[in-house]
Amino acid sequence: MSEWIEACSVGDVDEEDLIRFDHDGKTYAIYRSPDNEFYATDGLCTHEQVHLSDGLVMDYIIECPKHNGRFDYRTGEAKGAPVCVNLNTYPTRVEDDTVFIQVK
Amino acid sequence: MKVPGIVIVGTGECGTHAAFALREYGYEGAVTLIGDEPHLPYERPPLSKSTESSPKFVAELQAFHAANINFIPGVSVHKIERHTQAVILEDGRAIPYNKLLLATGAFPKLFPGMEGAQPFRTLEDAQVVHSQLVPGTHLIVVGGGFIGLELAAAARIAGAEVTVIEATDQVMSRVVPEQIATVAEAEHRERGVSFFFGSGVVSATENEVVLFDGQIVSGDLVVAGIGVLPNIALAKAADLAVNNGITVDSCFTTTDANIFAAGDCCNFPYRGQRVRLESWRAAHDHAKHVAAAMLGRKDPYDVVPWFWSDQYDLTLQVAGLPRTAGQLVRRDVGDNAFIVFEQDDKGAVVAAAGIGTGNAVAKDIRLSEMLIGMGKAVEAAALADPAINLKKLLRG
Repeated sequence: MSEWIEACSVGDVDEEDLIRFDHDGKTYAIYRSPDNEFYATDGLCTHEQVHLSDGLVMDYIIECPKHNGRFDYRTGEAKGAPVCVNLNTYPTRVEDDTVFIQVK
Repeated sequence: MKVPGIVIVGTGECGTHAAFALREYGYEGAVTLIGDEPHLPYERPPLSKSTESSPKFVAELQAFHAANINFIPGVSVHKIERHTQAVILEDGRAIPYNKLLLATGAFPKLFPGMEGAQPFRTLEDAQVVHSQLVPGTHLIVVGGGFIGLELAAAARIAGAEVTVIEATDQVMSRVVPEQIATVAEAEHRERGVSFFFGSGVVSATENEVVLFDGQIVSGDLVVAGIGVLPNIALAKAADLAVNNGITVDSCFTTTDANIFAAGDCCNFPYRGQRVRLESWRAAHDHAKHVAAAMLGRKDPYDVVPWFWSDQYDLTLQVAGLPRTAGQLVRRDVGDNAFIVFEQDDKGAVVAAAGIGTGNAVAKDIRLSEMLIGMGKAVEAAALADPAINLKKLLRG
């Protein structure tokens, strides 16, 4: 079953940054890219279950705050050691001022 | 006779990662990884951060097979024979090499008179200590550095009483500014840790420490966390240059062009000074660089050092190398988390240390690392202002 849920307001996320969003016992990360698109992934790094929301976004890469594991947040692709497992990504949609994500 | 390949001595973080990096970079010759520890390579950072003794492995046996790395644990190297290009193991085996990497790490320092204290470096050390950290026991830690304080925190969480004895007047004085040390110390006191500062140790047995002023501190277990010394014996015996570590150039080459050294055991050039780092991240960064260097890469290593420590819910991160002569600038990033930058006389950031709950300082320290790497002069006022994104300084 898939469902669109309201994650945040557009203004909650700075450009080239991310925030944490918790829903139904799961944690997600909502990103706003430098070209002003919104993306969503799992909120925890696939290496050591660390919240990515404290990590650094540079262009389209999120870097885990603990061991610098890197992912392309548009595709969830792991970009090398110490991370080798990709992040799950989720579709996003912006309506008026609200960002929705489609959770599985 | 077998065709020689690359031999790596030391199955720690650096040696192990270098072995895999060689394969990653397409090297197809023989790779042999030898070490005296009997285990699969394991991560050391968690050992002092909790009382959980089951190791976290850096690589499983299957990964060695898959990468065709000849992994020889539990055997010491007796000597390096430079004229035949072979390492001789303690059991007499000779393993030839084209290139040799010494990633021999470091061993815990113990001052004369402290021989009875428990060192803390290996999985076995950790298991001895962890098994005794139960409610009602009293742990005495000599040394208020990262390892000592992490262990103090883990012991308090496990319910043991803890006393920390520090020779200087500040915890972690080697790596963090006073403002940060004060926060960490206050947290430890709040959690019930007792401290002795400015107290040199005359002697230590397994359960008692005698201080310079004659005071005796007794407990159930004395652990020494006063630093480490590089394992240089093999290099020295092979007439390689050593000076606080095995001397290497910016490509981790020793004074023998076919022998390299990296990780905790090496002394390498960093921005006009020579340094030796004891750091998980440096072990990784060195491993990658030296693997490429052994395959012919010539560009110099220039990675900004980075350290971290976890104590209770606090995380400390440090980027760069503090010089103690620079100007300090504080940036408050919310929730009592803050960063102290050190700038040189031209305004370039040379070090940044932060403390906060969880990963509160991680992002800014990561950006600081990049700022330090760039070496560009920045305004102190901008560093101090949390409303100014460090990213902007980096790109501006």
